[in-house]
Amino acid sequence: MRGEIDGVLCGYSTVAPHIMLATVFAEHFGIRPAYAHAVQVGGATGLAMTMLAHHLVEAGVAKHVLVVGGENRLTGQSRDASILALAQVGHADYEVPLGPTIPAYYGLVASRYMHEYGVTQEDLAEFAVLMRSHALTHPGAQFHEAITVADVMASKPVALPLKLLDCCPVSDGGAAFVVSRERTGEVGVRVRGCAQAHTHQHVTAAPALSELGAEIAIARAKKAAGVAISDVRYAAVYDSFTITLAILLEDLGLAGRGEAAAWVRSGYFSRDGEMPLNTHGGLLSYGHCGVGGAMAHLVETHLQMTGRAGNRQVRDASIALLHGDGGVLSSHVSMFLERMR
Amino acid sequence: MSGSKQALADWTTGAEAILYQSCAACGSLQYFRRSFCAVCGAPDPVEKRASGAGTVYATSLVCRAATPETRAHIPYNIVLVDTIEGFRMMAHGDNDLSIGDKVTARFAPFAGRLVPYFEKVRS
Repeated sequence: MRGEIDGVLCGYSTVAPHIMLATVFAEHFGIRPAYAHAVQVGGATGLAMTMLAHHLVEAGVAKHVLVVGGENRLTGQSRDASILALAQVGHADYEVPLGPTIPAYYGLVASRYMHEYGVTQEDLAEFAVLMRSHALTHPGAQFHEAITVADVMASKPVALPLKLLDCCPVSDGGAAFVVSRERTGEVGVRVRGCAQAHTHQHVTAAPALSELGAEIAIARAKKAAGVAISDVRYAAVYDSFTITLAILLEDLGLAGRGEAAAWVRSGYFSRDGEMPLNTHGGLLSYGHCGVGGAMAHLVETHLQMTGRAGNRQVRDASIALLHGDGGVLSSHVSMFLERMR
Repeated sequence: MSGSKQALADWTTGAEAILYQSCAACGSLQYFRRSFCAVCGAPDPVEKRASGAGTVYATSLVCRAATPETRAHIPYNIVLVDTIEGFRMMAHGDNDLSIGDKVTARFAPFAGRLVPYFEKVRS
């Protein structure tokens, strides 16, 4: 019930920035929470809010925390405005004057990752094809036309080695969920453990590929949760670009180093595979509306874990691993969820 | 910037130079100018001028830009260069640069400013 919401955590908005967005939201929806504020950690915001909500209810600060994010990024502003706003995550003096875009920041990382681990553009294309194949089965996904590796390779260059179909779209959308202290349904999902890592903001200041924050965050989360990657049955991993997914899957230990694309090809990450991944289609094909875009990964995970994913339902989603990334692999949140009966 | 003791200008303020800072206390280098060392916190790191020599660490050829000013330049190559002095910087470079190439910097106009531009060293 709406009146029982006593905490509100709200994502940021690039279309309608506000210094008190959670309060604006609460007033609009007639909520008077005991605890409320906005959170901004780029693409990691959704999971960072979930982590905070978890700790708030554990600490007894609130009983039911509403976590919400949404933006009309596609229709609320021009694509150029969206691209320009996001590029400001770069350093104002040392990067932004060079005219980089978010795809360029990730393009830099992609070039280096491909160089060090022998990954090819065709390999990266596999992730776009996988996410599209998953989106085909979700009525709410932005894209419903199947694509092939050849389509990805032939798509317009954006920031090479990344091409249009290596990049998530700009989308309208939103997502919300409630994190409660006590289980509210017959089947519940509990946060088994979570952790963060923040190593840098700007790609110029990023550590070596072998020292990125995903590996640090997952190590902390595994310790907090007391689970191993071998226990995981469903994966929800941030996929702003194909390279993001490639790096994160390998950093998290969900695939061997330099092997993620081959595992995609073999069906390992497909809905019926050993480790179903982003069965809604991810940011790449379900869509990316900002904070809500990455929250859709959690919404889909919850549907899978509670057996409500319909024609996308996987066999077993008893333990899930979620991972979010903000900036240019700058901020990371790893989270293990466990189904409770 | 709070660099009141800064005696030199660099490309970020329109001069044809690449500067970095060196901490007298711990020896750390940093490229982003600050009035203190980000590693040990010691004040007033020493400003130094880089030679412009380095090695390409990463590249991305921008083919889709977001402003009319930058769009006029596409495609342009954004590069990360590891300088021989020991810090990493972002710049522009020749479109055919590869990771590992030895490069040297000049300065080129871009979107109404002067930016560092790396070319391959012909050996």
